[in-house]
Amino acid sequence: MNNLIKGEKHDWEMVIGLEIHAQVKSNSKLFSSSSTKFGSSPNSQVSLVDAAMPGMLPVINKYCVEQAVKTGVGLNAKINNYSVFDRKNYFYADLPQGYQISQYKYPIVGEGKVTIDFKDGTSKDIRIVRLHLEQDAGKSLHDQNPSKTYVDLNRSGVALMEIVSEPDIRTPDEAGMYISKIRSILMYLDTCDGNMQEGSLRADVNISVRKPGDEYGTRCEIKNLNSIKFIKQAINYEAKRQIEILESGGSIEQNTMLFNTSTGKTRPMRNKEEAHDYRYFPDPDLLPLEISKEEIGKIKSSIPELPDELKNKFTETYKLSNYDASVLTAEKQTSDYFNETINSDPELKNYAKIVVNWITSELFSLLNKNNQDLNNSPVSPENLGQLIKLISTNEISGKIAKDVLEDMFSSGKTARQIVDEKGLQQVTDQGEIAKVIDEVIAENPKMVEQYLAGKDKLLGFFVGQAMKLTKGKANPKMLNDILKQKLNKKN
Amino acid sequence: MPKSSLKQTLKDLDTKKISIRELNQDYLKRIKENENLNVFIHFSEDNVLKQLDNLENDNSAKKLKGIPIAIKDLFCTKSMPTTAASKILENFNPTYESFVTQKLLDEGSIFVGKTNLDEFAMGSATNTSFFGNTINPLSKENEPLAPGGSSGGSAAAVAADLCLGATGTDTGGSIRQPASFCGVVGIKPTYGLCSRWGIAAFASSLDQAGIFSHNVEDASILLQSIAGFDQRDSTSAKVDIPNYFENLDDDLNGKTVGIPKEYSIDGTPMEISQIWEDAIKVLEKKGVKIKNISLPHTKYALPTYYIIAPAEASSNLARYDGVKYGFRSDEIDSLDEMYENTRAQGFGREVKRRILIGTYVLSAGYYDAYYLKAQKVRKLIADDFNKAFKECDFIVTPTAPSAAFPLNEKQNDPIKMYLNDVFTVPASLAGLPGISIPFGKDKNNLPLGIQILGKHFDEQQVFNAAVSLERSYE
Repeated sequence: MNNLIKGEKHDWEMVIGLEIHAQVKSNSKLFSSSSTKFGSSPNSQVSLVDAAMPGMLPVINKYCVEQAVKTGVGLNAKINNYSVFDRKNYFYADLPQGYQISQYKYPIVGEGKVTIDFKDGTSKDIRIVRLHLEQDAGKSLHDQNPSKTYVDLNRSGVALMEIVSEPDIRTPDEAGMYISKIRSILMYLDTCDGNMQEGSLRADVNISVRKPGDEYGTRCEIKNLNSIKFIKQAINYEAKRQIEILESGGSIEQNTMLFNTSTGKTRPMRNKEEAHDYRYFPDPDLLPLEISKEEIGKIKSSIPELPDELKNKFTETYKLSNYDASVLTAEKQTSDYFNETINSDPELKNYAKIVVNWITSELFSLLNKNNQDLNNSPVSPENLGQLIKLISTNEISGKIAKDVLEDMFSSGKTARQIVDEKGLQQVTDQGEIAKVIDEVIAENPKMVEQYLAGKDKLLGFFVGQAMKLTKGKANPKMLNDILKQKLNKKN
Repeated sequence: MPKSSLKQTLKDLDTKKISIRELNQDYLKRIKENENLNVFIHFSEDNVLKQLDNLENDNSAKKLKGIPIAIKDLFCTKSMPTTAASKILENFNPTYESFVTQKLLDEGSIFVGKTNLDEFAMGSATNTSFFGNTINPLSKENEPLAPGGSSGGSAAAVAADLCLGATGTDTGGSIRQPASFCGVVGIKPTYGLCSRWGIAAFASSLDQAGIFSHNVEDASILLQSIAGFDQRDSTSAKVDIPNYFENLDDDLNGKTVGIPKEYSIDGTPMEISQIWEDAIKVLEKKGVKIKNISLPHTKYALPTYYIIAPAEASSNLARYDGVKYGFRSDEIDSLDEMYENTRAQGFGREVKRRILIGTYVLSAGYYDAYYLKAQKVRKLIADDFNKAFKECDFIVTPTAPSAAFPLNEKQNDPIKMYLNDVFTVPASLAGLPGISIPFGKDKNNLPLGIQILGKHFDEQQVFNAAVSLERSYE
């Protein structure tokens, strides 16, 4: 696969690593009991601890620890029995303590990996360096008053998991697939709601470029990207920027960059010299976090089937392609829907590929068009199963089935009801089909002549005419067979 | 000055020899007479009377009902402002009550006021307070003496009999040293015995609440009241708190006392060495085995302490930034300026000095050489004690290298000031319990203190040894 980008002078390769910040799905914050509900009125979810009042002390929320361990397991990672919370010291108005409690030397989760799947059926592992727990900061609101900044501490202290990848990513698409995969795993595990718009999942992107085979170049870090689209845009822009500098003989400064979503450009926020000295040291208010093997085992056993396991199951059990299976398992609701559909009738497991297609193309496009998602789909898995059953038993044609699905979608009726009410059953009576074909042949003598003279393509015309007369209900295979038979007889 | 005691007062209240109101009016009177000592940062007679009214209407039996207690102004209290003796918290009124003070309130005690201290407990003379010096009640007319620090206000409050007990905090000696200077009893329990919840933090891994009192029995009663597990403090210990007072036993026959040779420091005044020897002799007479022990890393304790404590302080005090509460400078044109001016104007010299030291030792490139190394030495110091306690039941040393010094001495020499903690800091680094009791006088008739150190959570042994020495001294 060619992942290189062309510069003016030669080809370049991108080297990309991601730091994903995933908000832990938990009712209360990492070190306090305040609510984590999104969108509440400013400063309505702030405890004395979150506001860093004098003498207030953090107490670890065990549930958040479990969520991190669960996530570590989902990332095929090493869970560390011993980890330490450190203070990362810096001043900012929305950082009430003057430090963020994070994990520095001893993270709760160590090396792991996730697999991304390409359309061509190949896949690639992206290695994870670590996952650690940390507090989120509050929010500075600069746009409420011309001369003042307001601070909202609702988010202050909310638990984040920072998931750091090795620089194994080589293209913007891979970056997108990687974050989608992480998101998918988190949502399967129910450890993060995956809502990128609300900021529950955001990423810092480290990127450098090099000539293929060279050492890593100097990298820049683009901060706080909260959509896959922006991640790709930012990477593309930043790579081009770096290549232009290098090709004109310059060198890259190690900078922290911000991405402007309206211009699509990155700009430096601070350089290496201005970088903070965070003065990390173990937080003396907290004991080291120790998790026993038993506790880890207990958490492991509570973990549901994850996308990769399901993917393997789908390819083996239903002989689906790797790519189909990965599309199906990308979101839990999709694989759940697929499972329910295919299990609604014992026969359906022989038509798995058809089931996949009907879910991922027909149903998805209807849902999209109507701004709905699978969770509130008007067509239940059982009903979709019934529809597919009607197709597989030749009771209706695929083409008619599309209309039936639309009807099901808007009316909420079952496929059976619609087919019966509208009389959409396929015509499979040989005599009836032959009669229609005779009619078509009789009405189009010129076309018949041309066909017999060798214009094979006209067969489609005859099929179309016959279908029209049967209102699309004729069994296509029978129609084809009988048509050919009759035309050939004329010869 | 009548020698009062908590134990006797509780009896007198019980037998209705005096009423709660009479008792407190007596103390109020003395507090007002001694305003010149500058013991309190916050004192309000109205507040005391209000508490009195409430208690008189309360029929439930409470262990410390009506007992006047002074609170170091580092403990957050709902009914009184809390300043940490700093301008940066000059007008701070907590909406919450610290664990320790809540326990005392639950027992029915009356808070007479918030006592002076070194700013954020950083100092050894109660002379870095934004609210001025506290004067040692034992001062002669023309020579004001320092009460020690940082809990100098609380020590002085007990010494001047302005309360029947006081809370303090001890990070490197801030209870024991002022107790010694003021001739009262001061106990710093094992790290983790009393919750730190609601105490403005100085150095989290060292800070520990404790008690000042007139005598060891009183200290044993009061410590029991403030000790206990608190789930809001992750470093709080889940241990059973014995009834120290009921279990007091001055019979030390068969016990072994450790005498660390490293505490004989060149330049220690004769009188200090003398009381130490006297104490050992008394113990010997009581059938205590004398064991010479070695705590070889003692000499590294002070430098270790003055790396770890400022490092933690530099981070703990970052929250005082002018954003959320407390003092904010008027001269601000940018966020950075708000921080700079607020903290430059809000903190005093000693606090700024320690923030700078702490920031330095945690900086990239210096962390390993200072902070990390200090943590390793701290471990060695703790190991010294663990080893020593295999051979002895408790350790006896002097509390401080001198008696109370004149107020203005050592003002401009931080190193000299830091040396005050030389005998108290090692036990702080090891998290061990330590008590200081008055034992002997210097040539100017000023009290000197003996320090007794015990094993982790063996406060009972510390009290037993202390009460035994105290009784023999009297």
